[in-house]
Amino acid sequence: MNTHLILRTVSKLLIPLIVIFGLYVQFHGDFGPGGGFQAGVIVAAGVILYALIFGIEACKLAVPPSWVRIGMTAGVLLYTGTGVATWIMGASFLDYDVLAYNPHHPAGQHLGILLVELGVLFTVATVMVAVFYAFASRTPDLKDGDW
Amino acid sequence: MLTMIAEHFNYGVVIILMMTGLYVVFASDNMVKKLVGLSVFQTSVFLLYITMGKVRGGVPPIIEPTGDGGHEPVASAGHGEAAISHASEQASHGAEHAAQAGDHAVQAAEILYSNPLPHVLILTAIVVGVATLAVGLALVVRVREVYGTIEEAEIDAINYAFDLEGYNPEGEIR
Amino acid sequence: MLSAILSPEWIVREAPVALIVLPLMMAVITAILPRERLAWLVVMGTTIACSVLSFIVLREVLANGVVDYALGGWEPPLGIALHVDGLNAPILFLISVIGALCTLYAMRSVTAEVEPKKRPPFYAAFLVSFAGLLGMVITGDAFNVFVFLEVSSISTYVLVAMGSSRDRRALNSAYNYLILGSIGATFFVIGLGFLFMETGTLNMIDIAATLKAAGGGSRVVQVAFAFIVVGLGLKLAMFPLHLWLPGAYAYSPSYVTAFLAATATKAALYLLLRFVFTIFDPSADFIISSLTWLLAVLGVVGMFAASLQAIFQNDARRLLAFSSVAQIGYMLLGIGMGTALGLTAGYTHLLGHAMTKGALFLCLGAVWYRYGITRVSELNGLMKTMPLTATAMIIAGLSLIGVPGTIGFISKWALLTAAADNGWWWAVGAIVATSILALIYIGRMLEAILLQEPPKIDGETVARNEAPLTMLIPMWTLALACIYFGINSAWPIELAGRAAAVLGGGL
Repeated sequence: MNTHLILRTVSKLLIPLIVIFGLYVQFHGDFGPGGGFQAGVIVAAGVILYALIFGIEACKLAVPPSWVRIGMTAGVLLYTGTGVATWIMGASFLDYDVLAYNPHHPAGQHLGILLVELGVLFTVATVMVAVFYAFASRTPDLKDGDW
Repeated sequence: MLTMIAEHFNYGVVIILMMTGLYVVFASDNMVKKLVGLSVFQTSVFLLYITMGKVRGGVPPIIEPTGDGGHEPVASAGHGEAAISHASEQASHGAEHAAQAGDHAVQAAEILYSNPLPHVLILTAIVVGVATLAVGLALVVRVREVYGTIEEAEIDAINYAFDLEGYNPEGEIR
Repeated sequence: MLSAILSPEWIVREAPVALIVLPLMMAVITAILPRERLAWLVVMGTTIACSVLSFIVLREVLANGVVDYALGGWEPPLGIALHVDGLNAPILFLISVIGALCTLYAMRSVTAEVEPKKRPPFYAAFLVSFAGLLGMVITGDAFNVFVFLEVSSISTYVLVAMGSSRDRRALNSAYNYLILGSIGATFFVIGLGFLFMETGTLNMIDIAATLKAAGGGSRVVQVAFAFIVVGLGLKLAMFPLHLWLPGAYAYSPSYVTAFLAATATKAALYLLLRFVFTIFDPSADFIISSLTWLLAVLGVVGMFAASLQAIFQNDARRLLAFSSVAQIGYMLLGIGMGTALGLTAGYTHLLGHAMTKGALFLCLGAVWYRYGITRVSELNGLMKTMPLTATAMIIAGLSLIGVPGTIGFISKWALLTAAADNGWWWAVGAIVATSILALIYIGRMLEAILLQEPPKIDGETVARNEAPLTMLIPMWTLALACIYFGINSAWPIELAGRAAAVLGGGL
């Protein structure tokens, strides 16, 4: 029997909830504290918890490092891509109103903020996981007992 | 006198944290402890902004939509642009994060809105602090791998012994 | 819709924002590129595009005076505005052109100094630093300055640390730079906090108007001024706060050193000018006294101390790094005078020094590329082994001393006339004395290059091995620019004059 049985069982229940909470914080940023950075950190914390309990090799199977690298770029490109889209639609950079033009209701602003916050979520979550992978994958040349 | 201290005690806390952090940076020989001191120093700045921006009795600055008969949200102001810059020792990239902030004008003595601007500024500064800490720790990891120690005095001694005529005469690093 | 894009008017209108967005987007794409040559091509294309865009902005500013851009369609003071005028347009152009020249140089030099797997991320970090510097200079919002300052600084720490494949002291230097740079940036943000407390706005022009209307000089404003000057002083390597610079310049890859030496401190100096003269009301008492007693005095002390230290260095790059600190002292002296002549002289020295130091560091990097040497004593006989590189180094060195016919002479002469006009005869003496010190330390290098014999290995003289063409072009472009603007100095002086005019002619 594995000594960390309780941790493993509980974390299998909780990690999906952590990710869902992260998504809740992400979309709740419109109405209260929240937004892309906080949500990204929460999602990354869930992934890191998985790595702590199940080992970094299992975590790298679940969230491959190549995805992480692509995710960093995709997030930033989503953000700046929103700005380029507003450029193409004829307005100045990041002028969200033209994304969904509606004179009575700021729908363009809503859509624009949603998109950029999504970009921020991808970037922050993948960067935090990438930093963790970079630190945790380094093989120490001193065993822990020799310090 | 006492009322002045009581009203301004937040600045006292900020000063104490700031000086503690700076002292730890100056006085530590260990590289990780210096980074910890830097973090404490930056935290004091966050406290300064947040306590400065407190509006007593303020509500979140969201204007409730009042239906078709009401006026549109007046002059929703946007401000705040945070750049998130993260670096591991292998890759460095940046992302821009603009947060739309609400109106900070007081609405005709009816509702007192909190000012979201200091909080947005602090979020930016926190992200910058996290990125700095990440790069700093990555550098410490590398220094440990290359030099074998993270005490600055020992690193200086190794460098000095190496720099004299380019090598240590015994041919090994002490 | 699409036909409106990429038309000339659209490019002119959107150029300020494109200057920041283009390098950032290309940076993240570069980070995941698989091949180094592809990454280099992307960086080269981006820097050339930014040079063109910054030239367009410069031309607009020369024609119209001011270029403004409201980000996201939100007009200031509600939104973030980009504000380009005569003070920062030349610096934008300088940063872009130096970035392009250094990237051309990097095609060869990076293959010798950075491990293959790390080269695409290295180029990505360079683009982020490039974007950060451009953003820092172009923005018209005070907190945005801090954001881009940190964007450029953090990527610079990474870039400096990449020199560890060459010399492991780069790691230590990068760490020191990180600690000191973060302290400086945090001081800057504390000052901004106090400014925000006092004025309630973050837009630069708005802050200036509010402070002027309020009469200036309240204690909160003075504290804000103190913190901001210390924070920026750390970034621009003002005398006692310069300790990070020698290590960072000496051990980082030569591509990075040349770029940083020519741009990073200049951007911070621009910010100091902007804050001291435009945002804070320069007629306030505390600003006048701090200009004279703080900036000018620390500038002169830095000139002497750093020049003296430069004379005794063995490593050629550390020598030039200390020389950089001394040259920044000259600029601070010019600014500290506060008069229109002084500001013009300081700004001209800024432009000239960027060309000079860039050329010198590029030459030293080429010498390292071919022979792997960094010490002054090992530069013996360089005239025979690498004649073109040595000649460029001699030209740039003469410009650093201030020999007539180079841009260095123009700026030093401007400083001398400004000091004499202001009645500061001690400053005149200081400038002359430190020029003699510069003669000594550059003379050491020139003596080794010109008068000594090339070293012998196993009894045979080292063979002649000139630097590759892609390295020669950037260094000779900068060296020739030193001479050209030394002889035909109309353009730098006119740009500097406009910059001084923007600052209200000083006091």
